[in-house]
Amino acid sequence: MTAASLPASSPKAIRAIRAFLSRYGLIIALVALPLYYAITDLTQDGNLTRIGENLVDGLSNGSIWALVAIGYTLVYGIIELINFAHGEVFMIGSFVSVSLFATLGLTSATGAGGLILGLLATLVVAMVACGTLNVLLEKVGYRPLRAAPKLAPLITAVGFSFILQNVGLLWRGGSPQSIDDLIDSQHVLVTIFGVPITNGDVLAVGVTFPLVFLMTTFIARSRLGKAMRATAQEPDAARLMGINVDTTISLTFLIGGMLAGAGGLIYALFQTTIWYFQGFTAGLIAFTAAVMGGIGNIRGAVLGGLIIGFIQQISDNRIGTEWTPAVVFGYLILIMVFRPSGLLGEETREAG
Amino acid sequence: MAEAAAIRTSSTAPPPGTSRVPKGARMALTAAAIAAAIIIPLFIDSGGNVMNNLVLAAAYVVMALGLNIIVGFAGLLDLGYVAFFAIGAYTMGYFGSGFHANAGGGDGIHFLVTGPAAKLPGIHVNFLIICVLAVLATTVAGMIIGLPTLRLRGDYIAIVTLAFGEIIGRIAINGDEIHGFGTSLTAGRQGITPVDKIDLPGIDRFTSLELRPWFYVALMLVFIVLFVNFRLRDSRLGRAWIALREDEVAASSMGIPMVKTKLMAYGTGAAFGGLSGAFLASYLNTVNADQFQFSFSIFVLAMVILGGLGSIWGVVVGAIVLSVINNYLIPDVFNSLPGDIGLDFDLTELSFGIFGFLLVIMMILRPEGLIPERRRKMELVEDIGVDDAVFESRLP
Repeated sequence: MTAASLPASSPKAIRAIRAFLSRYGLIIALVALPLYYAITDLTQDGNLTRIGENLVDGLSNGSIWALVAIGYTLVYGIIELINFAHGEVFMIGSFVSVSLFATLGLTSATGAGGLILGLLATLVVAMVACGTLNVLLEKVGYRPLRAAPKLAPLITAVGFSFILQNVGLLWRGGSPQSIDDLIDSQHVLVTIFGVPITNGDVLAVGVTFPLVFLMTTFIARSRLGKAMRATAQEPDAARLMGINVDTTISLTFLIGGMLAGAGGLIYALFQTTIWYFQGFTAGLIAFTAAVMGGIGNIRGAVLGGLIIGFIQQISDNRIGTEWTPAVVFGYLILIMVFRPSGLLGEETREAG
Repeated sequence: MAEAAAIRTSSTAPPPGTSRVPKGARMALTAAAIAAAIIIPLFIDSGGNVMNNLVLAAAYVVMALGLNIIVGFAGLLDLGYVAFFAIGAYTMGYFGSGFHANAGGGDGIHFLVTGPAAKLPGIHVNFLIICVLAVLATTVAGMIIGLPTLRLRGDYIAIVTLAFGEIIGRIAINGDEIHGFGTSLTAGRQGITPVDKIDLPGIDRFTSLELRPWFYVALMLVFIVLFVNFRLRDSRLGRAWIALREDEVAASSMGIPMVKTKLMAYGTGAAFGGLSGAFLASYLNTVNADQFQFSFSIFVLAMVILGGLGSIWGVVVGAIVLSVINNYLIPDVFNSLPGDIGLDFDLTELSFGIFGFLLVIMMILRPEGLIPERRRKMELVEDIGVDDAVFESRLP
């Protein structure tokens, strides 16, 4: 649908505009919102503090979305399925973490050493639980349908998403629950250029980036990671080369689920509110992030997560929280229209 | 892959030929079903719960048949179908209630309405005209929603339609903050209520106590939509939809105009959703933003999947079954079940978990649905085309 498909008679100028839009349209759309508010800030307050606050909050939010988005992008890269239930796996991660806080007796009064040990234990448990759950979903719901028409596994995924939502509903009731602010997340650590950086920000970034680094190294360096990339490229050839494709796909779901579990824990600590419906919105935001970065591309998912976190924060702070989903989905549609392959992605079969 | 297909073949495929019902028998069955739908309600209590369920089931059949055109015929997975329900319902709310209280200088605008509605403030237009307006509005909306998906395929279409559905839902919820022309855009979670009752020429005004007339109106809608569905399926356009569903590249290289065919699918499917939405708004007597949630899209999708994608009679059965499960079995019959076995929750809370479970089970055990469409059954059960599908899904 780029310039090549236009009739030959179309004037050169229009063709140039189209080419320009399809190349830079998405970037312009992304920059427009922050730029607009940065200018308003400058004219009204005379400094950029408010947009800076948005940026910091957005990046810490965004690092949670990045963790969830990697799960989407890995799974899509390998079996071309939108794992619709992924947001719900993230929600279960939050729920497991919060239940474990109670079991371990972690409260805001716990000392620093105990807190760090307890949180590390929670992180491991949440990651293992969500990874296992994700692998189970794949075994039960997606593997039997691998030869079926493409709509079939997507519909199963939607079904799982609703089942898990109801599990969450039974587990912790239908209304949002606030939990102990274990890490004192609003406590300001340092202030840079008038922008406060809180405990929560440090935690979100401090957990996300090592994990993402670990995962990318694993996929880039290890034998299993190599098998994953081979399977994503060409499953049949990978099978012929002696790669166990089923195990590799399970491994992909395991990694995706583990990252979602970590995301769930950070979300619970950062937002200090959890409810069964958080996974639905989070899932869609993270999916938007994955598509924005170019689906199948891990670095793209992280970049997309951070950008969407920033946009979401701007929207929460200035347009109104109740409009945020609409703003994020608006961006999703813009990406689909201007650049379905995303910022860093190559053209995929679905989007091309 | 081959193993999975082989297992499925041996377990569910009937011997060739047995699944086909002879044409005469099929005609007789259809006639009997239509006669039953007309006659049986005459013997049912007009103000009772059973009649209420029949009306709702008929309205859902209309909606499910609309979605079946988009998902079943054209193969475009639409996860935002609730948008069309919303637009249809708001058309009814705008033109058939006291919502625009300042319209006509406070006296209201009235067009072909009788009874108390003719004296109330607000815009009050005859139900039949509102139906036409709802169909027009949703057709346009369907085409607009279809436009960005033209370049996309498969999963991406599902997500874009879902995003549209959510945006419309958000606008419905927050629309009470948006003001213009002396009124707000929607009534948000408060809801627009009351909504005018159906007012047809030559018939007494409908009331909320006598439900039988409502049922016959809904049944008329079902018949119209069924007729359109059958005629469309066997038309040039219908064959184009099915070709598109089977193989987009092959279809377009055979000269099928992709843009027109896809937009027609969205437009037609959306129109039925809008029609049913306008009817439901009047019947339920409210246009409330909480009705327009993502879960409703899945509810309608589950009807289509349960009955059999693309199978018209299957979708009718699926819609009736799910409507009865949702509005009768879960709240009235089985609701005390968890309490009886010592668990502390309401089954109604879990209704969407149950539908989700149904989706998963249907997809794994019987992906062709209760009453499968013949062509799809051949693909799914009798192995025809499966090898091709595997081959294609491996192309880079």
